[in-house]
This record gives sequence, structure tokens and C-alpha cells, in this order.
Amino acid sequence: MLRVFRDLFRYNREFAAGTILVLIVLSLVVASFFSPYPPQDSYVVPPDVPPCWAYPLGTNSRGQDVFWQLTVAIRNSLLFGIAVAFLSRIISLAIGLVSGYTGGLVDRVLMSINDTFVVIPQFPILTLFYFMMHDHMSWTLLALAMASLGWPYDARLIRSVALSLRNREFTAQSVFSGMSTRQILLEEHLPYVLPIVFSTTMNNINWSIGLEVTLSVIGFTNIETPTIGTMIYWANQHTAMVAGIWWWVVAPVATVIMTFIGLFLLSVSMNEFIDPRSRLARMGV
Amino acid sequence: MDVALSVRDLRAYYLTSHFGVEREVRAVDDITLSVEKKEIYGIAGESSCGKSTFIRTIAAAIRPPLRVLGGSIRYSFLDRDLYDLDERALTEMRWKHLSCILQGSMNVLNPVRRVRESFKDFASPHMGLARSVFFDAVKAHLNRLRLSPTVLSAFPHELSGGMRQRVAIALATVCRPEFIIADEPTTALDVVVQKDVLALILEMQREIGSSMIFVTHDLTVHANISNRLGIMYAGRLVEEGSTRDILRDPMHPYTRHLIASLPRIGDVTPKKGLSGAPPSLADPPSGCRFHPRCPLAMDICRQAHPELTALAPGRRVACYAVSPLVQPAHEAAAARKATKADKSAAFLQ
Amino acid sequence: MGGLLGRTRFAAIDDVSFSLEAARPEIFAIIGESGSGKTTLARMILNTLAPSKGIIRFLGEDISRFRGRREQLQFMRKVQPIFQNPFEAFNPLKRVDRYLFASAYHFAGHHGRAGREAAADEALKKVGLSLAEVKGRFPHELSGGQLQRAAIARALISSPALIVADEPVSMVDASLRMSIVNLFKTLRDELRVSIIYITHDLATAYYISDRVLIMQKGKVVETGPARQVLSNPQHPYTVLLRESILSPDDVDKSHLAGAA
Repeated sequence: MLRVFRDLFRYNREFAAGTILVLIVLSLVVASFFSPYPPQDSYVVPPDVPPCWAYPLGTNSRGQDVFWQLTVAIRNSLLFGIAVAFLSRIISLAIGLVSGYTGGLVDRVLMSINDTFVVIPQFPILTLFYFMMHDHMSWTLLALAMASLGWPYDARLIRSVALSLRNREFTAQSVFSGMSTRQILLEEHLPYVLPIVFSTTMNNINWSIGLEVTLSVIGFTNIETPTIGTMIYWANQHTAMVAGIWWWVVAPVATVIMTFIGLFLLSVSMNEFIDPRSRLARMGV
Repeated sequence: MDVALSVRDLRAYYLTSHFGVEREVRAVDDITLSVEKKEIYGIAGESSCGKSTFIRTIAAAIRPPLRVLGGSIRYSFLDRDLYDLDERALTEMRWKHLSCILQGSMNVLNPVRRVRESFKDFASPHMGLARSVFFDAVKAHLNRLRLSPTVLSAFPHELSGGMRQRVAIALATVCRPEFIIADEPTTALDVVVQKDVLALILEMQREIGSSMIFVTHDLTVHANISNRLGIMYAGRLVEEGSTRDILRDPMHPYTRHLIASLPRIGDVTPKKGLSGAPPSLADPPSGCRFHPRCPLAMDICRQAHPELTALAPGRRVACYAVSPLVQPAHEAAAARKATKADKSAAFLQ
Repeated sequence: MGGLLGRTRFAAIDDVSFSLEAARPEIFAIIGESGSGKTTLARMILNTLAPSKGIIRFLGEDISRFRGRREQLQFMRKVQPIFQNPFEAFNPLKRVDRYLFASAYHFAGHHGRAGREAAADEALKKVGLSLAEVKGRFPHELSGGQLQRAAIARALISSPALIVADEPVSMVDASLRMSIVNLFKTLRDELRVSIIYITHDLATAYYISDRVLIMQKGKVVETGPARQVLSNPQHPYTVLLRESILSPDDVDKSHLAGAA
């Protein structure tokens, strides 16, 4: 595994760049655990100090250190993205594999549900969700809501692969070896769809962080939890740009862009690496 | 007899590098053969013996990771080596002088365009005829192949497998090329259709007088179509001779086995399979590549690979057990050099 | 003694009927060109495709009634397939032995690791391989012949009464083909397994089968003892097939020459 990583890093420029960007973001996340002040507390430092040695990213109008604030915010945002991606991957895998393998009526029913979710407009639904929940709105609830919206495209993609796997001779071989449907899906077919899952995971993390930022900026989430989105929300509330406190906005925006690009590059390079064909070529077929 | 194609010491390997894992697959190793004019030269061998790679190499249709590492390929209609031609000269040559009939004719015919368009794309630039004259010529040609001109307005998928293969033959022969390469052209066809298609290929080849390399693993097809036969094993030519001689009196133990194990209707004598498996070309056995499966293997077979040696006129075999004349390839090469040196020395004196 | 397969009648495949005796194992060849419906027939016999009309009985029972998992496993224990392309028949990303072990687990009731390995080894020995040669190997590390043997070994683990082999040697190299074909003979004579051998190749069918059934466009055109039907065909289609076969002995008097 270590050799694979080393080879990827050496031979694949996208992977190297992506890794470096993601590592920077991850070190911010690690740093959050060493924050000298609790993330929610305000007026622990002098307000509106521009970036300097003592406060590398400056401080904001609420008397918080932007750097430490940022580390906690990116941790929460990343965690949120991963949670949404993880949950929605499970849904899309289950629906895609079962639908493609079983076929017939099950396939038709599952795919009509799938297509309904594809056409549902996500942003208005999430806005509505916020107005319904209001004060009960939490990080977990939003993650659940977004996970249940983020699976249908990928489920269709997985289904199309499963559909072709169903007619391969080795699937019949597995059936006549007495394997159960669960075994065939998880052990025979899953390895073929994993590349899709991996590359869509990165994209899905990006999608959910993006949507979370959008919702937070306009205040449609729990604004008490520090995330990249709520950071920008508070900066806007204090008209940071107008007041000339640009570092309050630039820091979270730059960090989130770095995360986006890093994850995207990783998804592109990993995809090439995990592709069964390239995998078989490395195994020496 | 004139030589239409002469291949010398051809070597073509697949060189791959996947994330730092380097591999070298020796698909074509030191092949020397010549095809005479108006002759059908058959190449037989199992899957992954390098016959498809050989075809690709002599058709100048190689793409990385396949690389030609050495040797020469000379066609009678070219004034230089095939690999000394530039891209434009190659395009000029294809279809006009050298054409192919492949196993999946779908690969030649564009699936989303009518057959007419394929003719226009491939043949029209070489014939230099006005559009209507060109299609008259094409129709006349189809007629000779007993194909209705209506196939021109059909899409490939509307034709049956046999029909498509006939269209592919028409396409390959319409410019009356000097050389045709046929790669398993009847393998996917049903036996009834196969016979017709083979008859058609033979008829066309005789009519336009072209030379042909015909590749198939099926020796019964070779028996019916090829004049001479080369048997390939693990990237090398192991035996060559007239088809009749090889089928009646195979010399190399591999050829002997192949012919003895052919099932025939009316014959129920037990047939045996060969033990072992074809070797990996990424890591071929030392010496003669057939030795791990050979019933006659001797010590020398494990050490040095035998030179393909002429044992009778038109008959070459690479096996120590067949004749004491067969020598290790490196010694034979050294001997050749020595005689050349002798001759030049004699000339100087 | 009931028929192993009895009174089959298909409407999709038009009106095909034949039966195999359970007490007398035989190699029954179904011969047809592409599009003759022979693969559809194989899938129906394997109960992976239901006939739109007609009944396939196995040991007296209508196989279309085996729907539950237990009944299906029960059926699969007795009827096993061999596939056409040995490289396709094993998942290239998985080790070959897993299929043998799964069969031993589900059909032979070997839940322990030692029992599974013993069962797999025993089956592999029957086809001239051993577990040592196969264990831990991926499909690409084995030759087509070895893979096809392993596939046959896998099918044998449950001690089936019937093996349905759909073009089992058409993708196997010439030098290895006859050893697979001979293996079918051994299975019939020594393990008393009936084999439905589906092929387009008349020569191998002549070589190993006891009876043949010739299909054309979903219909049976001729059936009977293999040697008799193939040496002395009666139906015009069988005659045509027989005449179209090229022979290696035609080297001087090619049938193709007539056309030129």
C-alpha cells in the first residue's frame, strides 16, 4: 500500500498536487484540537487586528482569532461533507447494485424512485427543510437531509455497471457455486463499482460542502456551529468587506477553494488508479 | 518466384510501465519469412502466440505499448522498409497496395454510417475516379462478389455476419491491392457461411493475383486455403513448409501434436491433449520455448533456442530432435557471419 | 426409473422435446449454428430462464417450481453448468479457489476450512489438477485449459447428476482442447455424470457424444445416435452442415476450389 502511494505520488502529478492540498487542509483540522480558545467564545482577543505575527490571519470583529476559528470551521465542514458522502454512498450502492442485479419489477420501482429524486430541486427543498425545523435545525439533521438527496445520480451510474456485471459468466458461476445474492453483490460486484464510489465520494464531499456553505451564508443552518459557511455568514453580518476586514472573508473562502481543488484532483487520479483495467494491468494480465 | 513480402529478424515487444511496474512482453521474436507473389501464406498458432501482433507489425498498425525493436519488413511495391515510410506514404499505401480483412468486420465498417460511406472513405481517394464512375466500379466489383448493390445503402448492423464479411472482402479487394492480410476472417462465422466466405476470398485472391497472409488458429481452414504454412509458438516461428507437407508429415513436436489431435468425423481413435500451458510471453522459458511441454526435450533444448533451419527445399524447422542440422540460433548466426567474412576475405585475395 | 429430463416442450424455442435417462449416463450433444436457440435451451435447462410454454422435468419434478432459495440450491446441487469462456467464468479480481470453496460450503456442507479444502482438492484431482496449483491464484495466473478444468472441478463438488456445458472448448486453445473433451468422457464413464454438450462443432461432437440433436432456428431437425446421424445424415440441413465442414484431409482436393 505504501509502495502504491509512493508510485502514485511519483508518477501522477494530479495526485501529488491533490495530496499536498488535502494535507494542508488536514493539518488545519489537526491544529483545531490545539486551539488556545474555545471556538464559540468571543472577545478573547482584541477585535479587528489585521494579519500579523501574533495573529497570522488576523482577528475578527467578534474578538475571535480568525486562524483558530478557521481550523474548527474547516474541521466541521469537512466532517459534514464526509458524513453526507458516506451516508449517500451507502444508499446509492444499495439501490444501484440491487436494482442492476435483480432487474425486472424491483429495478423498475427503484429506478422510478431514483428518477424522482433526480428531478427534485435540492435547494428549495433544503430551504423548506430549514423553515420547518428552524430552531431544531442541527448539523446531524442537515447531514441526513442532504444525504437523502445526494445519491440518485450515482445510484444510476452504479446500476449501469451492475447491469453489465449481471450478464457476465462469472456471475452465473457464483450463482451456481451457491453464493447468496448478498454475497454476489458485496463480494463479486462491489469491487467493480468501487472506483465509481471512490471518485464520486470526493465529488459528493465537494457538493455537500458547497451546498452547506450556500445555506449557511444566507443563514439557513444552525449558525452557532462554526463551519466555513457560518464563518462567512458572521463576516457578512458584521459587513466585514465594507469595514475593510477582508481577512475575515478571504481566509475561509481560500480554504474552501483549496479543499475543492484538492479533493477534485484526488478523485481524478484515484479514479485512474482504481479502474479495474489499470488494476489488472498492474497485476500483470 | 518473385517475393512479395520479406520479413527479416522482426522483433516486436509490448513495453509497458504502470505506476512504476515495468513489463516486457515478447510477442514477436526474431521472425524471418518471405511470401511469394500470388501465394497464400498461412500462419497458425494458439491464442497469444504472437500471430496477431505479427499481423499488426507488418501492417504498420502498431501503437504503444507495442514497439518494433528490430528487423526489416520489405514489400515488393515499396522502395524502402515499411517503417521508413512517413504517415502520408502509409495512408497512400493502405487499401491501394495493402489491405486487411479482419475477424470483426464491424471494426472496419463504421457502425453509424452506411456501407456506401465506408467505400467512399477508404477506396475512393485511391482510385481517383469521379463519383459516379467510382460507384459504378464499386457496383461492378460487388457484382463479381455476388453481392447486391443494395448493400451499399445498408448500415453494417442490418447485414448478417456472413454478409458483413463479404462486404469487408469487397472493401479490401476493390482497389486490387498487391497484398492482403486476413486475420481470422472466418472464425466467428457458422460453418456453412464460413465455407462460402473462404471460397470467396480464394476466388478474389486468384482473380486480382494478390499475395496474402492468412492467419487462423484453425488448421482445417489452412488445409483448404493456404499454399504454405508457418506455425508459431510463443512468439517464434517453429516450422514452415508447404501446407501439404506440414499436414502430411509434421516435423516439429508441437505441429505433430496439433495435427494428431484434430478431431475428424468418422475417426474415434483417442486424441490426446498436450500437457502444460502455453508460456507467458512476459517470462518465456529459456532455450526452446516449447521444451517444458515437449515429449522429446533434451538438455540442449533448455539451454539455447534452436535456429529455424532449412531441412529440405521450402521446409524449415526449429527443433534439435528433428535433425542434427538444427543448431542453436546464436551459433548459427556466428557461423553465418564467419562464412560471410571468409567470402569477403577470399574476394580480397 | 424416471427420466432425468423429461418431456420438454418449448414455445419460444419451437417444440423441442428430449429426455435423458438417469440410470444410463450419456453425453448428449445439442448442435446448432448461431441463432439456433441452443444457448436459450441451455439456460432453460439450468432454470435461469423460464420457458413460456412447456415443462422441463428433472427427476420427475417440474423445475420451474423451484423458486425458493432452498429448492434452487437443491436443484443446483444436481444440475451444474460449464461456461464457454474460462477467462470470463471467473471474476478476474478474485481468486479462483473461492468458487470451489463456496461450492463445497453450500453444496457439500463443508463448513470448516479443512473440509472445504479437502473437498476442493478431491474435485481438482478428478480433473487432473490439485489444490496446490490453484490455491490463491487469480484467473490470469492460470491458462485457459487449467481454468476450464477448475470450472469443471467446481461443478463436480456437489456430485451433480447432470452437467450442462455450453460451448466448453470453443475458447480453449487447440493444444489443450482435446484433454478437456476427453475429461467429459471420463466424467461420464467413471463418475456417471450425464452431460449436455452444446456446440457448433460437429467433429468434437462426433468424437465424444452418444446422441446428438441438431437444431435449426429453434427447431429440432434431426436427432439420434451420434455416429449414425453425423456419418449418415438424413435431414437436408444436417446434410448441408456435414458438407460444409472442412477437413484437414482436403489439402489436395479443397472443396473451395470448385467455387473458383
